[in-house]
Amino acid sequence: MENLQLIIPELFISIMIMFLLIFGVFKKNSSQLVYNLTTLSLVAALALIINLNTQIQSSLFNNSYNIDNLSKFMKILLILSGIFVMLSSSKYIQISKISKIEYPILILCSILGMMVMISSNDLIVFYMGLELQSLALYVLASFNRDNLLSTESGLKYFVLSALSSGLLLYGCSLIYGFSETTNFNQIMANTKEVEYGLTFGIVFILVGLAFKISAVPFHMWAPDVYQGSPTSVTVFFALLPKIAALTVFIRFLYIPFYELVDQWQMIIIFLSIASMVFGAVAAIGQKNLKRLIAYSSISHMGYALAGLSTGATQGVQSSITYITIYLVMNLAFFSCLFMLKRNDKYYENIDDLSGLSKNHPLLSLSLLVVLFSLAGIPPLAGFFAKFYIFVAVINEEMYFLAIVGLLATVIAAFYYLRIIKIIYFDPEKEKFETKHNLGLKFTLVASTFFILAYFIYPSGIVDIISKINIS
Amino acid sequence: MNFPILSSLILLPTIGALFIFFVRSSNSQYQSSKYVALFITSANFFLSLYLWIVFDKSIFDFQFVEEREWISGFVNYKVGVDGISILFILLTTFITPICVITVNATIKNRLKDFLIAILILETFMIGVFCSLDLVVFYLFFEAGLIPMFLIIGIWGGERRVYSAFKFFLYTLLGSVLMLVAIISIYWITGTTDVIKLYELGIDAKYQNLLWLAFFSSFAVKTPMWPVHTWLPDAHVEAPTAGSVLLAAILLKMAGYGFIRFSLGLFPDASLYFVPLVYTLSLIAIIYTSLVALMQEDMKKLIAYSSVAHMGFVTLGIFTMTQQGIEGSIFQMISHGLVSAALFLCVGVVYDRLHTRLINRYGGLVSIMPKYAIVFMVFTLGALGLPGTSGFIGEFLVLMGAFKKNILVATIASLGVILGAAYMLWLYKRIIFGKLINEDVKKMVDLKRFEIVTLWLLVLPIIFFGFYPEPLINSIEVSVANMIDMNDFDKINKLALGK
Repeated sequence: MENLQLIIPELFISIMIMFLLIFGVFKKNSSQLVYNLTTLSLVAALALIINLNTQIQSSLFNNSYNIDNLSKFMKILLILSGIFVMLSSSKYIQISKISKIEYPILILCSILGMMVMISSNDLIVFYMGLELQSLALYVLASFNRDNLLSTESGLKYFVLSALSSGLLLYGCSLIYGFSETTNFNQIMANTKEVEYGLTFGIVFILVGLAFKISAVPFHMWAPDVYQGSPTSVTVFFALLPKIAALTVFIRFLYIPFYELVDQWQMIIIFLSIASMVFGAVAAIGQKNLKRLIAYSSISHMGYALAGLSTGATQGVQSSITYITIYLVMNLAFFSCLFMLKRNDKYYENIDDLSGLSKNHPLLSLSLLVVLFSLAGIPPLAGFFAKFYIFVAVINEEMYFLAIVGLLATVIAAFYYLRIIKIIYFDPEKEKFETKHNLGLKFTLVASTFFILAYFIYPSGIVDIISKINIS
Repeated sequence: MNFPILSSLILLPTIGALFIFFVRSSNSQYQSSKYVALFITSANFFLSLYLWIVFDKSIFDFQFVEEREWISGFVNYKVGVDGISILFILLTTFITPICVITVNATIKNRLKDFLIAILILETFMIGVFCSLDLVVFYLFFEAGLIPMFLIIGIWGGERRVYSAFKFFLYTLLGSVLMLVAIISIYWITGTTDVIKLYELGIDAKYQNLLWLAFFSSFAVKTPMWPVHTWLPDAHVEAPTAGSVLLAAILLKMAGYGFIRFSLGLFPDASLYFVPLVYTLSLIAIIYTSLVALMQEDMKKLIAYSSVAHMGFVTLGIFTMTQQGIEGSIFQMISHGLVSAALFLCVGVVYDRLHTRLINRYGGLVSIMPKYAIVFMVFTLGALGLPGTSGFIGEFLVLMGAFKKNILVATIASLGVILGAAYMLWLYKRIIFGKLINEDVKKMVDLKRFEIVTLWLLVLPIIFFGFYPEPLINSIEVSVANMIDMNDFDKINKLALGK
């Protein structure tokens, strides 16, 4: 008999999805209620996950579903970001007239898919989770269906994502063909020597995964989709799929193919360097803040991959630290975006920020902190994120990667500084509204405080993450 | 000593900044936030003065050391002072209140934000001089960029955006390589604790690359030729208080870094690269002095003279002799006082006439006699007249240089002459000459707060010019230890024997 209590959070979310769907259909005008219930059920799921005992690593369903420290930590990150995204974007959804009951339910669906991805220890289970989250995301991207850009972004995301899923599935089939199994642990046992077919399989799967975290050269969709989608969906895109995809990256590279590190290391290094440099250079010319943050997140994913490319546990841990701090920074950035509202219209161009500091000193101060942190200037949290990555990278004597990465931070600093320049040095414009809902304010204050105060006690997160070991 | 005096020094300005930030102010309270800042910075000065008095100058060990676990099992927060760093802390805490006083005339808008930036910057500057861990040092060293960027960008002149970006990106580019080097040191030796690294030493085969990585950062910050171009821009556009802090303290971080890290951690590589540093220093001394002669903008002239003076500093440090290093430290302190004073002087006339072009002035001696007197003292201090602190520094540096390489010393001495030329010419064109400009006639002499700030700087310049003992006394043992520890003397003798 399977030990089902280990997957109670997943079961709970599935039940909530069905319940909310029925509830929303039968009760008229319940979109706001469903939205709040979704947030509450995420909180409940968070409590359930924290409650799980992962002292002993356990697996279910013929060892195809793993519950360990890694999955627990990543799920907590996932659900926490989900809660904060819901809190910060509730007002936006009402004003942009996309407040429908399907919206929160789709978010729940994709979160469920991501949880499955995070725990998967089998190619088929992993693919199932991936498709569940992707299908929900396609719809979310085009949720503002009367808007041309939103529809375009949804379609673009669907076509390109389907292509990458196809490649990924082909890679899975190749690996199955050469190792006679889909289970990660057994793949490791069955593949002792390097075979071409296997390498091809790895490459195809890496392409599919790189697409999901928008690493160069599979990043084409990101800027358009970030810009076109409603901002509440963009923040979702920027945070949650990255957590899930990174976890799969870790599991996939470090469990079945750890022995073949020579085969995939070069690929990851290439993806990493290309993303860091391209993300930094391409963001310089951007005028739209959402587009800019898309390029910035491409570059940040490059750093996270740099940690993975080391092939050492320390590197993986540094990547996890990186993604944690990245989430907080992006959450703070998007909270600021949600505050740029005037007469029920949201502003998202860089020029709209002009002279912001004169009318909104506190908002600009948080933006200042967030941007310097994204640029990786000490003593803010973003610096420590990069610092851990480079500690791991240099430990493996990959000096080239480290130096390229650091030079890319200098290039990237330029465009972050440009935004700061517009906020602080340029002449002021009209005032924005100053009334915001509590959830949004709380998100911004909490995340900014985290970024500012991280240096006081940097070992807190590192200690938790150092308990994660991949085997 | 259980009281964490160094951490208090570091934290006090930040607490003041938080206080100013959280106290909501109407327009009338603007003034009161200035008094808070003045109070905090003065308190910090007296605290550091107390530190200097109780500091035991007869031993070379680091004193007042505090150590706390920070990033567990990796980096400890460790601060401490020796005879060298305590002087720089004193300089920092002395210059900052003077900057706070000057905001009266120069900062017209967003005074509160400006004071917060200055206070936060003071925290980082003091942190740089006391940190005894490479990562902590890097953290403070880099963090100083943020407030300085804002000071130049928000309160600067016309081309402030360009200058602020140039300042930020140049310095950042220089220091990223240092971060790689610091992490490499951690993996090579297993620690980033400076005291332990002094004992352990670093394998000679790694030293050259590591030295270059540190050098790239310090050379930009010093600034040495050819990466000095950000400095004139930043100085010209920064508000007076910003220029003062930049010239007096931020540049000294690099000189301090050379002594503490380049010499201390990589003695072999330092010896290896002596010709490189000599060459760059000499070019800086001669070339930028010539450039300074050609300037029509007062602030630019003083900025180029800073590059030349810092050339003396790097030259002195890499003579690796007792006199040379002591002279460099003395020169840095003296230059900190003199250049701060000169920028304040420029600020005084700029506030009245709103131009920095030298040819718009002339004949000030008859309208502003008090100004003419203090400006003269600073001019003489800058060109190194005996009896001012500038002389002692340059003299000791040249003495150290003559010991090692006569040719280098001779060329450097030419720089002294050029220095006298551009400073005296500047003085002549501004203070003497005919009163031709109508606006100049309407200028009023020094106001009370300007007299206070400028005379506060005159006193130490003259005092240390006649009686350098207190400063020399404080650095002597530490410098001697540095030379002993790395066997520079023995190597020097070997080199002479050849």
